[in-house]
Amino acid sequence: METKQILETIRMIEEEKLDIRTITMGISLLDCIDGDGAKARAKIYDKITRQAEKLVETGEAISDEFGIPIIHKRISVTPISLVAGAAQDENYTAFAQTLDKAAKTTGVNFVGGFSALVQKGYTSGDRKLIRSIPEALATTDFVCSSVNVGSTRSGINMDAVKQMGGIVKETAERTKDQQGLGCAKLVIFANAVEDNPFMAGAFHGVGEEDCVLNVGVSGPGVVKRALEKVKGQPFDVVSETIKKIAFKITRMGQLVGHEASTRLGIPFGIVDLSLAPTPAVGDSVAHILEEMGLESVGTHGTTAALALLNDAVKKGGVMACSHVGGLSGAFIPVSEDAGMIHAVERGALNLEKLEAMTAVCSVGLDMIAIPGDTPAETISAMIADEAAIGVINNKTTAVRVIPALGKSVGDTVEFGGLLGYAPVMDVNRNSSADFIARGGRIPAPIHSFKN
Amino acid sequence: MKAILTVIGKDNVGIIAGVSGKLAELHVNILDVSQTIMNGYFTMMMILDLSEAESSFGDMKKSLADKGTELGVQIKIQREEIFTSMHSL
Repeated sequence: METKQILETIRMIEEEKLDIRTITMGISLLDCIDGDGAKARAKIYDKITRQAEKLVETGEAISDEFGIPIIHKRISVTPISLVAGAAQDENYTAFAQTLDKAAKTTGVNFVGGFSALVQKGYTSGDRKLIRSIPEALATTDFVCSSVNVGSTRSGINMDAVKQMGGIVKETAERTKDQQGLGCAKLVIFANAVEDNPFMAGAFHGVGEEDCVLNVGVSGPGVVKRALEKVKGQPFDVVSETIKKIAFKITRMGQLVGHEASTRLGIPFGIVDLSLAPTPAVGDSVAHILEEMGLESVGTHGTTAALALLNDAVKKGGVMACSHVGGLSGAFIPVSEDAGMIHAVERGALNLEKLEAMTAVCSVGLDMIAIPGDTPAETISAMIADEAAIGVINNKTTAVRVIPALGKSVGDTVEFGGLLGYAPVMDVNRNSSADFIARGGRIPAPIHSFKN
Repeated sequence: MKAILTVIGKDNVGIIAGVSGKLAELHVNILDVSQTIMNGYFTMMMILDLSEAESSFGDMKKSLADKGTELGVQIKIQREEIFTSMHSL
């Protein structure tokens, strides 16, 4: 072991904010299904608190021994629409409250899985769950919700797209005294993945094991610092540099995930190779893109820079761990990234450019504040656009927008903590109402017929 | 279990004596030492064998950090795997 290498690792952690963003325990709730809702909820609470009893404690012990911060310890569960479907309840808010209680008992900071998968159609459980979302998010602290409205295999469920625009608005309304915080806990997906460890979109897919540990790494600051050393050099060098650093970051994820799953006695699932920013200085994805030579993120060239970054992160990370999964790529949330916030404030970054960027990164329109008077149909149309990008390009896309009630372009919404703050962004004022009113399904693309 | 100890701070009399004395007290064996002055800062790294140690990792970490405060340097101890896994295949 060379002194230089030891110092490099220490510097990455202490100065460049390298961390393990999350260890997320996926727990199947399929064995908690019961015709009696109250019994089902009791089983859910018992199973989560039993399986995740030592999750937080284990995470902290590992963090202490290895000297690397593990920021979040979280839980993802089977989509509640599947678990609650057998019960007679008309409103599933009580299920969300049970998840919230279990989160508080285990000490995790989020539970994901108040979810429904309706890419092709609704079951009665899906219908009830989606209708319960605004109340569920308004009456719980740590529950995250997601709805999958499209997939490459099945097309886009435009009835669900239409409904979700309204649900987002209603959630904002219900949580308006918290700046519409409920909407920060609600993601609308196309091609949702079953092993995503990141919130708010995490849920434990039905193809997964009973209990599994997934890890999400991070480290935009480390990538930015590495690129500072290759200023002006060709993209071949940029790509190589990112690959090498992504390898090192991912090795940390593999080590921590392996160690945590061994200590908890559960299988190790995947490492999500992601660059997840925080509002802290030196922890921004936007600043990496700017380091590549852009005056501001959002200007021409941003999409190409992001495409290169996203691809190089994956290439570097793939060999560093046994199984890759989740969303794996660069995240571009606006409110959680100091560089993105500044770009919006100086008028360099707009919604249209963000939409283009989502075609080449790992997620979608993320943590964006929009004017409070934006019609529900316009939000639905944004969801439809994002879903189309995902479905046609065979990738995950998502929408997490926050209608800022009573605010307009130029105002700021403050969420606090890792959720940061967001300047309200302008949306296209022309109506999409007749388009959304059609409903029905957009058929699966021709290239989905691979059999 | 092996661990890596790093000591960084302003150079002074008695840092090595203080650190190694504390390690002996904790029944920790020193396998390798490298020490240099970088930009005027005392920088020392040690590879340690913790197999004979009696206290828990957390307690050792705390008593070494306290020793660091007393000596006016920063003392960190981390398990070796974090470095080996990052830098070797």
